[in-house]
Amino acid sequence: MEYMLLIYNSEKERASMSEAQRGEIFGEYRAFTDAIVKSGHFKAGAPLQATSTATTVRVKGGKTVTTDGPFAETREQLGGYYLVEARDLDEATAIAARIPGARFGSVEVRPVLQMTQPR
Amino acid sequence: MIADAIGRLYREESGRILATLIRLLGDFDLAEEVVQEAFAAALEQWPDEGLPRNPRAWLVQTARHRAIDRLRRRVRFSEKVDELTALQALEEPAGEEEDPGVRDDQLRLIFTCCHPSLATEAQVALTLRTLCGLSTEEIARAFLVPTATMAQRLVRAKHKIRAACIPYRVPPPELLPERMDAVMAVVYLVFTEGYAATVGDALIRRELCAEAIRLARRLDALLPDRGEPPALLALLLLHDSRRVTRSTPGGDLVLLEDQDRAQWDQAQIAEGLSLVERALRRGPPGPYALQAAIAAVHTRAPRAADTDWRQITALYALLLQRFPSPVVALNHAVAVAMSEGPAAGLRLLDSLSARGELSKYHLLPAARADLLRRLGRNEEAATAYREAVALATNAAERRFLERRLAETT
Repeated sequence: MEYMLLIYNSEKERASMSEAQRGEIFGEYRAFTDAIVKSGHFKAGAPLQATSTATTVRVKGGKTVTTDGPFAETREQLGGYYLVEARDLDEATAIAARIPGARFGSVEVRPVLQMTQPR
Repeated sequence: MIADAIGRLYREESGRILATLIRLLGDFDLAEEVVQEAFAAALEQWPDEGLPRNPRAWLVQTARHRAIDRLRRRVRFSEKVDELTALQALEEPAGEEEDPGVRDDQLRLIFTCCHPSLATEAQVALTLRTLCGLSTEEIARAFLVPTATMAQRLVRAKHKIRAACIPYRVPPPELLPERMDAVMAVVYLVFTEGYAATVGDALIRRELCAEAIRLARRLDALLPDRGEPPALLALLLLHDSRRVTRSTPGGDLVLLEDQDRAQWDQAQIAEGLSLVERALRRGPPGPYALQAAIAAVHTRAPRAADTDWRQITALYALLLQRFPSPVVALNHAVAVAMSEGPAAGLRLLDSLSARGELSKYHLLPAARADLLRRLGRNEEAATAYREAVALATNAAERRFLERRLAETT
């Protein structure tokens, strides 16, 4: 079963961190990623650039409308993700709890909808 | 006669049979359907063929075969991989004799229904539907919501269990304490829902209390070495022993001090008291053990005036220290008022209202009003009663507060 772990953190808080703090968290992320690669849970994952770099696209009446910024303004922003393979929800939430960002913000655990392979 | 036997089997065993089928199928709806069909088949076949040697195993086996038929039919239409694997697993021959894991099926099901990733109201509804066998209409009536709303709540919960792959198992030791808390919270909620309100369908409400006690009993039997299940069971039994004296036939509230103690259920009290002792022998008391101990002190007093308020105050102080919450603080203040006088209790209540956490809770102004009344400060008492009346949602409680308000003005 695949789960998407969506990491939400406050960009404002992150910006107020010192260089040393950020370096420490980066190290924690690297150790965590190595660990879930080794245990076979890791399928994909990456940090995202800040929402100040985001663009939202909508197609309305056949016309593409492009706007600056994220889909919604929220207190915490999507800052990265992992796609993991887990036996069940308990295993997925246990992995999510080990993500460093879970301590500063929150991690949403979403099961991936399995599509039937086209033949 | 055979129909009676099937009826009895349905009442006593259908929950366990359902739990087993949910384990085998991993699908709540399919399991419910085939268990119904298996009982229908029993009604049809047993009168001619006689009672099978092991009726339970016959029912499980029949339900299993019905499920295989249905899955085969489904697979013919769609080549879904997961259903094919489910089918293969099902077709592997199962022993004719009783599966040794059967007892655990219900325990697994309790943990699945009360999984923290489901909303509390969904946990409660699912528990009542699958473990207690209440109908959707009955649960809807108990919680005063439309049947369609309750049906949808159940559909969503079952869908989430399947879609998010919520495991069907007894949690491993590292998760067990947290999950036990969730399960016991659901059982307690089922009980208080039936116990607290005097509005709504009285029969259904009694049923909720009985089901909560049954669940607590089962939890205690299934996890015999834990301290909290007997404590929870004791708490429920001790509360429930007072049920008939808690309101007048007209539905008006009767306070603990005014209840007819001769009518309290002595058998439930005896069982509750011995369970409290058992729970307290198993290490440091948890929140249910402390509350059960408090309830035990109340039931030990032959008259309200004999109540050992000093001991109750000490128990509440311990509860407040180990498991602090504003409601516990409120009860502690009331106990202090009883053991040390209304002025001491009022001081605690005033500092509690200053914290503002219980600003929506009618029992805080109600308790203040009572102490002010006993201190002869009727005008302030009336103000507090008015505040409490405005916040109370239960009709019987509101009537009671209005009566008190009339007495002070």
